[in-house]
Amino acid sequence: MSNEAVLHANIGEAHDVHSNHQTHHHETFITKYVFSQDHKMISKQFLITGMVWAIIGGLFSVLFRLQLGFPDTSFPWLEDILGKWWAEGGHITPQGYYALVTIHGTVLVFFVLTAGLSGTFANFLIPLQVGARDMASPFMNMLSYWFFFIAGIIMLASIFVETGPFSGGWTAYPPLSALGDTSPGSKIGMDLWLISLALFVVSSLLGGLNYIATILNMRTKGMSMTRMPLTVWAMLFTAILGVLSFPVLFSGFILLIFDRNFGTSFYLSDIFIASTNTALPNEGGSAILYQHLFWFLGHPEVYIIMLPAMGMVSEIISVNTRKPIFGYIAMVGSLFAIATLSFLVWAHHMFVTGLNPFLGSIFALLTLLIAIPSSIKVFNWLTTLWRGSIRFSPGMLFALGFVSMFISGGLTGIWMGNATIDIHIHDTYFIIAHFHLVMGVASIFGMFAGVYHWFPKMYGRYMNTTAAYIHFWITLIGAYLIFWPMHYTGLAGMPRRYYDYSIWESFKQFAELNKSISIVVIITFLTQFLFIINFFHSIWRGRKVTSTNPWKSNTLEWTTPINPGHGNWPGEIPEVYRGPYDYGKDGIDFIPQTTPIGAEESGHH
Amino acid sequence: MSTVATAQTKWWGGGKSPFNVEYGKVMMWYFLMSDTFTFAGFLLAYGSVRFSANSWPDANEVYNSFPFAPEGTHAPLIFVSIMTFILILSSVTMVLAVQAGHHNNKKAVVRNLILTILGGIAFLSCQAWEWTHLYHEGAWWGRNPFLNVDGTPGAVNFTNFFFTITGFHGFHVFTGVLINIIMLIMTLNNTFEKRGHYLMIEKAGLYWHFVDLVWVFVFTCFYLI
Repeated sequence: MSNEAVLHANIGEAHDVHSNHQTHHHETFITKYVFSQDHKMISKQFLITGMVWAIIGGLFSVLFRLQLGFPDTSFPWLEDILGKWWAEGGHITPQGYYALVTIHGTVLVFFVLTAGLSGTFANFLIPLQVGARDMASPFMNMLSYWFFFIAGIIMLASIFVETGPFSGGWTAYPPLSALGDTSPGSKIGMDLWLISLALFVVSSLLGGLNYIATILNMRTKGMSMTRMPLTVWAMLFTAILGVLSFPVLFSGFILLIFDRNFGTSFYLSDIFIASTNTALPNEGGSAILYQHLFWFLGHPEVYIIMLPAMGMVSEIISVNTRKPIFGYIAMVGSLFAIATLSFLVWAHHMFVTGLNPFLGSIFALLTLLIAIPSSIKVFNWLTTLWRGSIRFSPGMLFALGFVSMFISGGLTGIWMGNATIDIHIHDTYFIIAHFHLVMGVASIFGMFAGVYHWFPKMYGRYMNTTAAYIHFWITLIGAYLIFWPMHYTGLAGMPRRYYDYSIWESFKQFAELNKSISIVVIITFLTQFLFIINFFHSIWRGRKVTSTNPWKSNTLEWTTPINPGHGNWPGEIPEVYRGPYDYGKDGIDFIPQTTPIGAEESGHH
Repeated sequence: MSTVATAQTKWWGGGKSPFNVEYGKVMMWYFLMSDTFTFAGFLLAYGSVRFSANSWPDANEVYNSFPFAPEGTHAPLIFVSIMTFILILSSVTMVLAVQAGHHNNKKAVVRNLILTILGGIAFLSCQAWEWTHLYHEGAWWGRNPFLNVDGTPGAVNFTNFFFTITGFHGFHVFTGVLINIIMLIMTLNNTFEKRGHYLMIEKAGLYWHFVDLVWVFVFTCFYLI
């Protein structure tokens, strides 16, 4: 079935996407900006909601860094703003501290780097880059956003309940998460946390199904799978990972909900609660079972976060070096390998749970195998840069920053992938340093790269380049200054999640280091507002884009009008004749995908 | 929808669906894969807890009654076999409904959809009876009156998993019945006749068969093993 027919059956006659006069159907504020079914608007909704969550999540990290960096200092204004529960006497309270780290992790992993990243760019780029008028089901796409929105509202509400939000760490291991008596955060806050994330799974499923169906079914004529930009390949694998791994988390959550509310013992056995001085009757369950179910999602999840960034970075690097991406098929193959392996390594998060060492060695082997496709990608990015005519646009800088972070954080992955080393560094700051660099900062860099690069397509204006350069350099240096020292503290045995290190003889020596990290966190966090201001200022006041193809790029999104309407192309959808990376071919700077193969052209596919 | 293909057709070349199906069916297949993982998560959790338990109740002793049976009847797995048979029959009528849709035979679609819905309702009713019966015997979430095979007090996760997983499956049957009722209403309103095809019935059918297939695994894991 053709793209047109699919869309026709779907959007219906009223929208009349074939028309050259796209303005003739009336759109109210509600249908255009709120309950929009246009993939471009939905992507902006995801982006801006994600930005709000990023500010909240980032602010939380600033607050708990205040405690870690200045454990002896009182900030009376904190109590004024946050109240006694969070900051009695100007000190972040222990319960407040654990609530902050938990919500920081949850929000950034799920709301910012999953929904904010792939929700934004899968929505924006898939239809534009494969040559489709919209997603396969614009209605489901809209639902996907609104489920995400409601999940966010419930998570936000949990921050304001009397007993505080969930505070047992973003992984929510039982029995702490299963028993309300164990900590204030495990009461109603945990129920809200679970409901919020269950809705988030629904949102992710609705979105993922749409992305897959759109990529498979709605490519324009000539857009074979191997002519798709790497962004689209990355989004495809991301969506498949999400569709296959989130449901397992969902079943894990359902069992947890039953344990919390209906007296079951799926994860509980032989428990005595000191705070209430009671022995619980629960018997036969296994807390480790939850970890298996959780990490079966949890590990693919880090690739759900990584892959979209990888795809966008590949595209941005190729465009801005004016060179074809090195090893297109190897790039696709390594995405596939990473996606497949990601399902087979979850127990490397569980080396110290009493896992059979033999099993541990198998998981270590499978984990280390991921180094192969990851290095293929890194070397391909570097070889693409090699002798390229590099344009250091803000998008390109962040793409390079991504590669740098991915290498720095990825190399330590080889350390902890080995079960023997992991036993020493498990739950230390070494782990914090590793995953923040490789997954957190790298993906945020990918997201920044994407925003700077595609902003002209999103809003028809440019972002301010000077502000972007300042934003880039401070963020890059800041990220390294924050996370690099954590490798050392981690190797020295400093455990994560402790409330106050100054009372530990072994970690007193890091007091100044912790202080300096906290100061850099504050500076880096404030610098992000430069981006936020730049973003919103440029939406209305940015320099206008005057050419449809400002980056001289090959892909289809740049064949649409500067401000494409619903349906993307005013006339027919262009046909595709070549792959997306014909840069510098036969001495020609760039050849868009819509250009037919010339008679004299050298080898093509 | 063009279904004519020649040997030269480039299925993956863009401009057409590589599987020659519309997007809704692609989505349904991927959704079913996703749901497979949900059930797999549940059943693997069940398996791991069960095999780490010292002993477990015997299904033949637990599920050995049926409605209106006199006290002391020992009819192991008879009732659940009837339930299973009903569900499989409802899959047969679903196939017939899909088949009738292919021939644009509205009357046969309506007839077979009604039979499928009745089959689904019958299955849910049976499940409701079974749950009620077990409840009156003292079984519920957090309570297990049935002794383990070795005579020790019953492992409470036996009933925990039973009610959670069969309940989750029952919820799927329930939504399947709802979907089929919507399909029936749409058929009666000539929605599909106007569209010229009954593709929606096919997608509902995929879901129904999936729910049926899942039951085969749930049935095996809880009643047979």
